[in-house]
Amino acid sequence: MDRFAWTNGLLEMNETLVIQQRGVKLYDGDDKAKLDVGAALLTTHRLIWRDLKNHECCIAVSLSQIIYFEEQAAGIGKSAKIVIHLYPVPSNKEPGPYQHSKFSYIKLSFKEHGQIEFFRRLTEEMTQKRWEKTVPQTVSTATGSQTGKTRAVGIVGIERKIEQKRKETDKNISEAFEDLSQLMVKAKEMVELSRSIANKIKDKQGDITEDETIRFKSYLLSMGIANPVTRETHGSGTHYHMQLANQLGDMLLAPLEGERGGMMALTEVYCLVNRARGMELLSPEDLVNACKMFESMKLPLRLRVFDSGVMVVQLQSHSEEEMIASALDNVTDKGSLTSEEFAKLLGLSVLLSKERLLLAEKMGHLCRDDSVEGLRFYPNLF
Amino acid sequence: MSFEWPWQYNFPPFFTLQPNVDTRQKQLAAWCSLALAYCRHHKLYTLDVMESQESPVFNNKKIERKLSTESIQVVFEELRKKGNLDWLDKNKSRCLVMWRRPEEWGKLIYQWVSKFGMINSVFTLYELTNGDDTEGEEFHGLEEWMLLRSLQALQTEGKAEIISMDDGKGVKFF
Repeated sequence: MDRFAWTNGLLEMNETLVIQQRGVKLYDGDDKAKLDVGAALLTTHRLIWRDLKNHECCIAVSLSQIIYFEEQAAGIGKSAKIVIHLYPVPSNKEPGPYQHSKFSYIKLSFKEHGQIEFFRRLTEEMTQKRWEKTVPQTVSTATGSQTGKTRAVGIVGIERKIEQKRKETDKNISEAFEDLSQLMVKAKEMVELSRSIANKIKDKQGDITEDETIRFKSYLLSMGIANPVTRETHGSGTHYHMQLANQLGDMLLAPLEGERGGMMALTEVYCLVNRARGMELLSPEDLVNACKMFESMKLPLRLRVFDSGVMVVQLQSHSEEEMIASALDNVTDKGSLTSEEFAKLLGLSVLLSKERLLLAEKMGHLCRDDSVEGLRFYPNLF
Repeated sequence: MSFEWPWQYNFPPFFTLQPNVDTRQKQLAAWCSLALAYCRHHKLYTLDVMESQESPVFNNKKIERKLSTESIQVVFEELRKKGNLDWLDKNKSRCLVMWRRPEEWGKLIYQWVSKFGMINSVFTLYELTNGDDTEGEEFHGLEEWMLLRSLQALQTEGKAEIISMDDGKGVKFF
């Protein structure tokens, strides 16, 4: 028991708490120590015992002092114990509660159990010997009257740790973004390139055939818009959305007039636009707002919201009557159609083809057959 | 003479209640006339919703379509609104079908009576529906509750009076 020295209970630099167990009584050899019940703390460096009520009463012994330790099972009226055999008292030992002891071992008696885990962790620490890697620079004392040195405990210690962590994260972040900024530089070059090609095409309008021009332009489109409208270039709010609507108009007109059959779901538009932009991606919200501008800006496109909430962009010339008539024609042709079949027939998405059929039904041109085989639409013969 | 199905009977959408209001009205009208025609042809007076789902009217095995019980109830409710049907219970599972409304039956009977100059004479109910004289008339073989309802309709018009006789009921036409 005389190996123990007074301590303030604070952890040293590099020292971490491993496990803590309440309700532990100390034995000086086989005799009960003249101390109350307290908490046993195992750190990477020391075994600490602190009185339950009087926290000032705190003693510690270095783990390097331990020769070996063993378990002592519980019996009737006896708590389980861990017996720890210690080296002789070192000459430079700080004062402790005991000056002398006839025993070279102590016992930890676990009144509130937890001895199994404590024993396991103690075994771990004893094999890892972490205290050897970073020996505490100062040996703590309870009185602390003669210690004037700065110690990495308390608020200063915490602050220092936080500062260190912050620096590390800083470094990590800047490393991560280095790649990205390089990519940005390259992207700018790409945009420059596509712009110069675009200009060349304009200059040599007569020299290359129309087919080639179109092909080139489609390459450019898949590569990216030469100079995308961004919040940076056009500010935010209405003006931005108006410019964006203009650009969308230029971009969507061709596919809408071509294979899309005059109508595209907004999700499709979103994907197409953002693929063309490459960088400087649009948010869905900005896209919707820009699409809402079509009408007031007298562009040949319209944003249309179906009853089901599905939003599409369609050509202004693309009239409802025509759409319904074509749906009716198709259904009459085939006798009956499901939305999937109709989608295949027109090369539309299933969602849009269904909307068309429902619209035609709403106008009374079609009627439905809802059976186990699915929803089919028939010409309204009623 | 076999029953002649209307063209709608082989049209699959006929067996799905249409969401479009206009379409649905036309569809229900077609159903009503089909159901009444079928009942008249087979001389059916009472229908059960569950049973009728299996009957050929509402179940076309050829095109593998049948009307759901909910839809059948909608059709029946439509018939009730037109005065061709009365529910027999609160759960609306059984009903009386009148392919002619009581007033229409009454009119037919009165026409027959006046045709033979028997106004002011007394008939037993049995005589009217099962007698030799009425053989070949449409109301021959009419169920008694239906006959009674038609006569009651006539009575409110003041054209007949139902009287109790020794062995049942009789009726006098004016």
